[in-house]
Amino acid sequence: MINIVIYFMKNTIAERIYDFLKNFPPFDVLEKEQLFKIASNVKVTYVEKDHFVFKQEENPHEHFYVVKDGAIGLYRNMDNEQILVDICDEGDIFGLRPLIQNDLYLMSAKANEESVLYAVSVEILKEIIQTNEKVKKFLIASFSSNIKTPYAKGTNGQIFANIEILQTSNSSFTEIQSAEFSKNPVITLKTATIKEAAQIMSEKRVGSILIVENRNPIGIITDKDLRSKIATGLVSIDENVTAIMSSPVKTFKQKITVAEAQIAMIKNKITHLCITKDGTDKTELIGVLSEHDIVVLHGNNPSLLIKKVYRAKDVNSLKYIRDKTSNLLEGYIEQNIPITFISKIISEINEAITIKAIELSLEEMDKRPPVKFGWLALGSQGRKEQLLMTDQDNALVFEDVPQEKYQSTKQYFLQLSKKVTEKMNVIGFEYCPADMMASNPKWCLSLSEWKNQFDAWIKTPTEDAMMMCTIFFDYDLVFGDKMLVNAMSDSIYESINSFEIFLNFLGRNALRNPPPIGFFRQFLVENDGEHKDQFDIKSRALMPLVDAARLLTLSHSIKDKNNTVSRFKKLIKVEPKNQDLYLSCIDSFNILLQFRTSQGLTNNDSGRYVDLNNLSKSEKLKLKGCFKPIRDVQELLNIRYNLAQMM
Amino acid sequence: MIRFFKKKQYPKFWEDHIYKVQNSQKYANFEDIRFVAIDTETTGFDYENDRILCIGAVAIKNNKILVSDSFEIYIKQDVFNKETVKIHGIRKDGDEAKLSEEEAIIKFIDYLDDAVIVAHHTAFDVNMINQALNRLKVGPLESKLLDTNYIHKKIAKTDTYKKIFSLEELCEIYNVKMHDRHTALGDALIAAYLFLKQTAKYKKNNALNLFDLINTNYHLLK
Repeated sequence: MINIVIYFMKNTIAERIYDFLKNFPPFDVLEKEQLFKIASNVKVTYVEKDHFVFKQEENPHEHFYVVKDGAIGLYRNMDNEQILVDICDEGDIFGLRPLIQNDLYLMSAKANEESVLYAVSVEILKEIIQTNEKVKKFLIASFSSNIKTPYAKGTNGQIFANIEILQTSNSSFTEIQSAEFSKNPVITLKTATIKEAAQIMSEKRVGSILIVENRNPIGIITDKDLRSKIATGLVSIDENVTAIMSSPVKTFKQKITVAEAQIAMIKNKITHLCITKDGTDKTELIGVLSEHDIVVLHGNNPSLLIKKVYRAKDVNSLKYIRDKTSNLLEGYIEQNIPITFISKIISEINEAITIKAIELSLEEMDKRPPVKFGWLALGSQGRKEQLLMTDQDNALVFEDVPQEKYQSTKQYFLQLSKKVTEKMNVIGFEYCPADMMASNPKWCLSLSEWKNQFDAWIKTPTEDAMMMCTIFFDYDLVFGDKMLVNAMSDSIYESINSFEIFLNFLGRNALRNPPPIGFFRQFLVENDGEHKDQFDIKSRALMPLVDAARLLTLSHSIKDKNNTVSRFKKLIKVEPKNQDLYLSCIDSFNILLQFRTSQGLTNNDSGRYVDLNNLSKSEKLKLKGCFKPIRDVQELLNIRYNLAQMM
Repeated sequence: MIRFFKKKQYPKFWEDHIYKVQNSQKYANFEDIRFVAIDTETTGFDYENDRILCIGAVAIKNNKILVSDSFEIYIKQDVFNKETVKIHGIRKDGDEAKLSEEEAIIKFIDYLDDAVIVAHHTAFDVNMINQALNRLKVGPLESKLLDTNYIHKKIAKTDTYKKIFSLEELCEIYNVKMHDRHTALGDALIAAYLFLKQTAKYKKNNALNLFDLINTNYHLLK
């Protein structure tokens, strides 16, 4: 390379690169001259969408990369599948570890969108590592998080790079690339009795024991097997271990990363992985990796995210966690993990974030709440079906107070709500455009006011009132007093029972959703407006199921079921004769929700409008398959509530 | 006079330039070719009377922009047009270190080496440089020339009815962010980005070959 060095020469490009890099770790802790040297030696490169920067098992390049624009996905091949492990965007570094460790690339890097990268010479960085202790620590931290956390933003070392952990372990670069497993697994032979195995387990204080034959693993017994099969008397404790062991076992190579281990456990619904010499069950067992081992490592699994929420001290940390949750979601969707499992995890994290936002707001208030109150999530959040970040819909109920105290009490809760909704907005839950939020005086009411409000909606079922019911009936207590909410629910059922025709109105409302397909089985798309010719998956496919489930549960006075899937499950118990229909509704709902979520992730929007031109034939068929249960359940409502006559 | 019949003697820098370009071994293999994206800021658009204020250049090799291999030089002015100061912001007595035109041009030619020149509206920049070379009794540039404008026309066949694309239009089309507009090195970098993206597109079907690229450039063919 030709290097023209004219000492008075200005270098505008290097200055700009310097200005960019200095905002991101580890560059932010470099000395000025060090960073300028790096900036002046950057090579700028451009990667087209879906092109690889490098592939797994390739020899490392001379450079590592910083994302300037765009996004690079890191993928790991496993079982012939590409699993998205991490996404690097502006300012993230990748491809560094193999250079330092003289190792092959552990993952492939592919441009998820067209990207501009700064390639930075590793030689210059190596020099700097020698002299700059902070950079060294950062890099160790980011290597460990890059590899140990499956979906984490690997390089964002500021908030969660666990420097403490690094200091306690004697961290050399080499020990952190793969998951650590117990090297001396507790084993027994297949001729042993269950009692003998259990004795070994309690003696060694372990939760699992492996059954080996010629040192090859053939089965495993865990605490759970002992509880469910022995303690219940199902199998006698004197029988042979083979009677209760799980067999065959899932075996893996020594080099398994934590990401792979977690995925393998989720996929196979198991908690222990066997590590063998060549990764098959035909060779010697060398260790065992348990779920617990992984949790102990500082991985970003859902439960750890929730723990981080508990520990968060400000809104920015919550925002960071919520952003991480989006990555987690994307990883889950890519791996085709069941949507019910995903929505459960995401809802739990969202709920934990909301609770923390309320707690932080309460701390900011001058005094403690004057009376008991409850914070309610409404709509999709209330139903725990909110996967993508959407608007916030919430409300607040507080205990009845004497007339003279009403104003000050209401003011207190309005002020609190304002703080909470502001925080939620910062975190990424945008304000509700229709102002259905607890900070609105209309939706921050005392218990009796709520009772009256619901009673009014139920007994004067105008179109507006019906719409309010569909939103407010799906409430879920996020924070506060359960009794207040129970009292609210009771009063709703009282009102409905005293005015039964309400359900017919609600039924009519449920059938107002536009149908998904036309007479010729073609998709019906929007005729005009911003989303002309797109398919509205929310109102044409998801809402009919949501509305039907709500109406049917209300008609049975079923309480505490605010989630569409659990509503249908409950309905199956109440109306066994409709089991097939409700089961197919659950399937449809899950498929549609998954579809909407992945659409939203792809297009970075709410996923509501689907461009049919972008769908493959099989995707269209899959969607259409979901419409039959919708038609059937609408037919059922039609007959049950005599809706034909009302229309 | 015997001297009169002798082959004309050129200064060493120019002899070197001719020799390097004519004897370069790199042009056959795209990965080996050193491209240099250039831009000049001038006192105006009159080839005769206006002068180069600043030359910025950055090299591209094997699909990478090499920041370490860049060039930025300011030239002392005799001619001065205060109207264009508004555009490029280079004042007559600004605080950038400045060289005489001769020193600057010699350094630039030396920097160029056997590189292929890439620019946006290459003809203008090259003409300005050729005028300066002419004042040194040498020139014109021997280097092979490419123009992001003509490469684009070759890629986007449907747009050929339109004659000239501005740098802003190309940045819009190729999604290149515009920073440091109207500094020579800033514009050179933008041209370099455009070139990276254009060659990526151009390469898609067939392997890239310098002579194909040069053939896009029928206006500049020598």
